[in-house]
Amino acid sequence: MSNQLIKFLNLSGLTWFVPLVKIAAGENPTIQIRQLFLIMGVPLIAILFFLGAWSFSASKVHTSLGTIPGPSAVWEEALGLLDEHNTEKKKEADYYLRQEERVKKEKLENPTAEVKIRPYNGKNTYVDQIGTSLFTVFTGFILATLVAVPLGLVCGMSPIINTAINPLIQIFKPVSPLAWLPIVTLVVSAAYVTTDDSWFEKSFITSAITVTLCSLWPTLINTAVGVASIDKDLVNVGKVLRLSWGTQISKIIIPSALPYIFTGMRLSLGVGWMVLIAAEMLAQNPGLGKFVWDEFQNGSSDSLGRIMVAVLTIGVIGFILDRVMQTLQNIFSFGRAL
Amino acid sequence: MININIKRKLYLAKNRAGQHLAIADFNLTLHSEEFVCLVGPSGCGKTTLLNIIADLDSDFEGSIDFKQRQNTPNIGYIFQNPRLLPWRTVRQNIELAIDGKASSDNIDSLLETMQLSQFQHVYPERLSLGMSRRVAIIRAFAINPDLLLMDEPFVSLDAATARQVKNSLLALWSQRPHTVLFVTHDLREAITLADRIVILTAAPMKIMSEIAVTIPRTDRDNEQIIETFRQQVLLNYPELK
Repeated sequence: MSNQLIKFLNLSGLTWFVPLVKIAAGENPTIQIRQLFLIMGVPLIAILFFLGAWSFSASKVHTSLGTIPGPSAVWEEALGLLDEHNTEKKKEADYYLRQEERVKKEKLENPTAEVKIRPYNGKNTYVDQIGTSLFTVFTGFILATLVAVPLGLVCGMSPIINTAINPLIQIFKPVSPLAWLPIVTLVVSAAYVTTDDSWFEKSFITSAITVTLCSLWPTLINTAVGVASIDKDLVNVGKVLRLSWGTQISKIIIPSALPYIFTGMRLSLGVGWMVLIAAEMLAQNPGLGKFVWDEFQNGSSDSLGRIMVAVLTIGVIGFILDRVMQTLQNIFSFGRAL
Repeated sequence: MININIKRKLYLAKNRAGQHLAIADFNLTLHSEEFVCLVGPSGCGKTTLLNIIADLDSDFEGSIDFKQRQNTPNIGYIFQNPRLLPWRTVRQNIELAIDGKASSDNIDSLLETMQLSQFQHVYPERLSLGMSRRVAIIRAFAINPDLLLMDEPFVSLDAATARQVKNSLLALWSQRPHTVLFVTHDLREAITLADRIVILTAAPMKIMSEIAVTIPRTDRDNEQIIETFRQQVLLNYPELK
């Protein structure tokens, strides 16, 4: 039981809790507490040290918007943003409740009349913006994966195609999202005409495609390397068994390259998340990037604190995304490294 | 009947300093359900020969002729390393070979004969080398091959395990006789298994001579008889020592 739990914790990257489980299972507590101190206590002390240094030095820096906020001020701002979100959600619920009552009343008075139903038009709260950013980054990331994995497979299997595409990869890989954005914006504007009932905003499509363009390279390169470095002996097994092309790809080549593919996808998602913030700032896609930009333009006394909240949010979400991908990578590498 | 005729097979030297002749004028006919052992020094090109027959290597002059067969022949190949796919269980590895063509009863009976039934859902990393070899043997038998190639499948096993795997191979082969081409450098092993032994020379590989093993199958587990036969062979071919 405890072994299975430890295996799960290791697989999911939650290794901090392993010593606790071991203590509960009755292993030598002194050793485990030492372990616990090493993997949990040391980072905690480092974080406390960082917070101390931050709060000490922040007040020394003066900007046009006042001094840089310390940790406590940022925490206040974070709570304020959450409060704002809750009030806004309550307003929205009230609005729909009122609308429902209005509709009922109008139907009673005149059953044939067409009743107008309007969606709530409140402002985006901070939590909404986090949601938009996540949705945008995943759309871009999934598009990137759909392009990069098949292309990587082809590159890995055919040295000629690999040689043909490699220079293009090397040239496009280092291009900054800020350089792609104007081109993507123009192309999207020309190709995608929005109406009132379009599914997606232009700004959303622009940001997502920019994320795709910048984040597909790690997956592409890793897939190609993974496929190219497959054990030739296993390929020969497939040949001797006279497996069809499709079967060879799906049963031998892809499973063998899967750890590489997942490593690539993990890197891609990291790049995508970083790129997204810049893309949203410029494309005015209502996400975290736009939030930062708006606060910067706004220039009130709270702005710096709110931007800090955004910075920390971006960091924490990036960390969580990486952990999720790492877990997936571990699960799909099962039977090899583990 | 299978006719193997290789006029010339060149091999690129390791340092790319030119090509050398690996196989020359190799001519061998295998009869139906015959167990033939190729015996020769290590590195004389036996694996190259099997790769040519299995169509993994088509860069040679000559022909491999499966008489009385129109379509492409089924070939079972038991490599020196078991080469099981690590992400598939024992059973899934075997199922990959038949790809839905054979019934699951067939796999069950093969697993039974090889004493692997209780390991069928285990991943290869948990198997010993001897067990992995037996899985590889099942995978090759499962497709009901026209020709079964085996490349030293008992090498680097301890004597007891090797004997065990050998016995289960013979049990399987007597149940489902196939034409077998078996490569080894161990003369004793060849005498235990073969109907006919083909002795090879090194660089370039040629057939030196052929010996029919006249010991009845029932006496093959008698060490004494095998040893006597081996001594006789060694008298005629002292270079095999």
